[in-house]
Amino acid sequence: MINWKVIFGIAKTHLLTKMKSTVTASLGVTFGIGAYITLVSFMTGLNGMLDDLILNQTPHVHLYNEIEPSEEQPIEKFTPFEDAWNIVHSVKPKQSQRKIHNAVPILNYLREDEKVKGAAPQLNAQIFYISGSIELGGNLIGVNIMEEVRLSNIQDYIVEGSPQALNNNENGILLGAGLAKKMSLSPGDRVQISTVQGDIFPLKIVGIYQSGLADVDNARSFANLKTVQRILGEAENYITDINVKLHNLSEAILMARQLEKQFQIKARDIKEANAQFETGSNIRNLITYAVSVTLLIVAGFGIYNILNMLIYEKMKDIAILKATGFSGFDVQMIFMSQAIIIGVIGGLLGLIIGFGLSSLIDGIAFETEALPTITTYPINYNPGYYVIGITFALISTFIAGYLPSKKAKRIDPVRIIRGT
Amino acid sequence: MNTVLEAKNINKHFRKPVDFHVLKDISFNVKKGEFASIMGKSGCGKSTLLYILSTMDTDYEGNLYLNEELVTGKDHKELSRIRNEHIGFVFQFHYLLSEFSVIENVMLPAKKLGLKSEEEIIHDAQQKLDMLNIGNLAKKRASRISGGEKQRVAIARALINNPSILMGDEPTGNLDSYNAENVFQIFKKLKEEEGLSLLVVTHDIDFAKRTDRIIVMEDGRILPD
Repeated sequence: MINWKVIFGIAKTHLLTKMKSTVTASLGVTFGIGAYITLVSFMTGLNGMLDDLILNQTPHVHLYNEIEPSEEQPIEKFTPFEDAWNIVHSVKPKQSQRKIHNAVPILNYLREDEKVKGAAPQLNAQIFYISGSIELGGNLIGVNIMEEVRLSNIQDYIVEGSPQALNNNENGILLGAGLAKKMSLSPGDRVQISTVQGDIFPLKIVGIYQSGLADVDNARSFANLKTVQRILGEAENYITDINVKLHNLSEAILMARQLEKQFQIKARDIKEANAQFETGSNIRNLITYAVSVTLLIVAGFGIYNILNMLIYEKMKDIAILKATGFSGFDVQMIFMSQAIIIGVIGGLLGLIIGFGLSSLIDGIAFETEALPTITTYPINYNPGYYVIGITFALISTFIAGYLPSKKAKRIDPVRIIRGT
Repeated sequence: MNTVLEAKNINKHFRKPVDFHVLKDISFNVKKGEFASIMGKSGCGKSTLLYILSTMDTDYEGNLYLNEELVTGKDHKELSRIRNEHIGFVFQFHYLLSEFSVIENVMLPAKKLGLKSEEEIIHDAQQKLDMLNIGNLAKKRASRISGGEKQRVAIARALINNPSILMGDEPTGNLDSYNAENVFQIFKKLKEEEGLSLLVVTHDIDFAKRTDRIIVMEDGRILPD
């Protein structure tokens, strides 16, 4: 039978009378956990921001027609030369259309797939922006803007105006920020664009788009899909790109290969497009965890030391407790509960300090061209990290307390009392 | 008269550094209400015997009975419980827990036993302290009282669970003659008024002479009376 009240009473008295050691041990845990929370919130926040920067603008699977040479040259189909070694010089790309063949049925097929969150058609057109006598080269992308909002967070990069404005205006354009600056244009103004064929169209600027990548902002603008089809004089099924967003990113590779085979089209998955990016992300996470675990282990050793010292100091107390009828297990529990109390108090304080520091960082101004929607340093307030933090605090104090308390359990009272 | 404590053919060896036969075939008993003392020269094994009798040392051969029940061979948990409930112990040094107040020190074994409510335990502890004329010290820290007072607190702690037997390992060895006499009078009073059995190891011949029975040990054996 264990009388927990008595055991906690003794543990509490020990902790309160050795306030200095208690505070030192708790602070060790507090700093460990606090630093862990701050670091992990900040690092994952930063990672998340970088992820968004790249990944939001990259579809999980991108379908398009690649201009490339034919795999099989005509001579290989000519039977008399079947067994010959044919060499063809100056191979040219195959004449093919830019539009995706059967784009509408493919779109419908994708939209019915359960794994697909959405598929957005795009029409990428080479155009010139005309400002007086100056022509600026660039591209105009025809999009279904509300689908883009749902699938690629385009609204985060529209610094003036809104996606709805484009949706409502048939002749609207979301002009790239670099272009707007060069041509001294602002929303409400008109901009003239010219197709490669030389047809000129006026479009009304309903908003400014800023991706943060200067090259993109100096060339790219968005308009409604139908508008661009009309400008190019093409039919409603003229689509050059399909961007697919999946529910689960990890299925992208498989899906891309499958679509390539099924529709005889080029399909590029997100991993292929951002291979080096993911490596960077993983390494940053690894560093975060390595530093955090080191901090927590150091805190654990602090507790181990202090409890070890406490047990040497309390040798006689332990002996007398055993002599008056406390079992070895009771004594072990006295020291274990001290470790756990230190862990809980230190851990909770650590969480509070971690949260405080995170909020502090969250409040520091961080303005960058690259991320128009971000004004302060990014922090990830994922409650999961707080759960991990307190769990680790408890586990490390448990282990740090277990070894010394096991020693206390084994102390032979006779040897202590007789002084041998 | 009932037997409180009985030892039958107890043998003990110290194995380190060399094999040494400390206790040789010890058999004796303590009756209820008896005040017995064990005397002998240093190193004759009297303290060793006492620690075996107290159940703290389990490394011996032979049988030990407490209240006519065999305690040899029980596991540590049960032995802790038996010590807690049936045996009170007073040492040469007081061994109080210095962070706790006097009354908390006295209450600890009773709290561990857990048979009474907190209020009852406080009441009992205060009663024991009053009986030993140190009731006024109850709230003081155990480290702030004099040596004689500490030993009395230790006696109160030993008595809190109304044990079957009170054992002492030189309980007066570290006290001046005034306080030693005081402790002896307390023991005598406990025997006479409460019918408590006592077994005390001592060097003090004057102390031993006034007990009911002296057990003399020499070279690990009990000498015949």
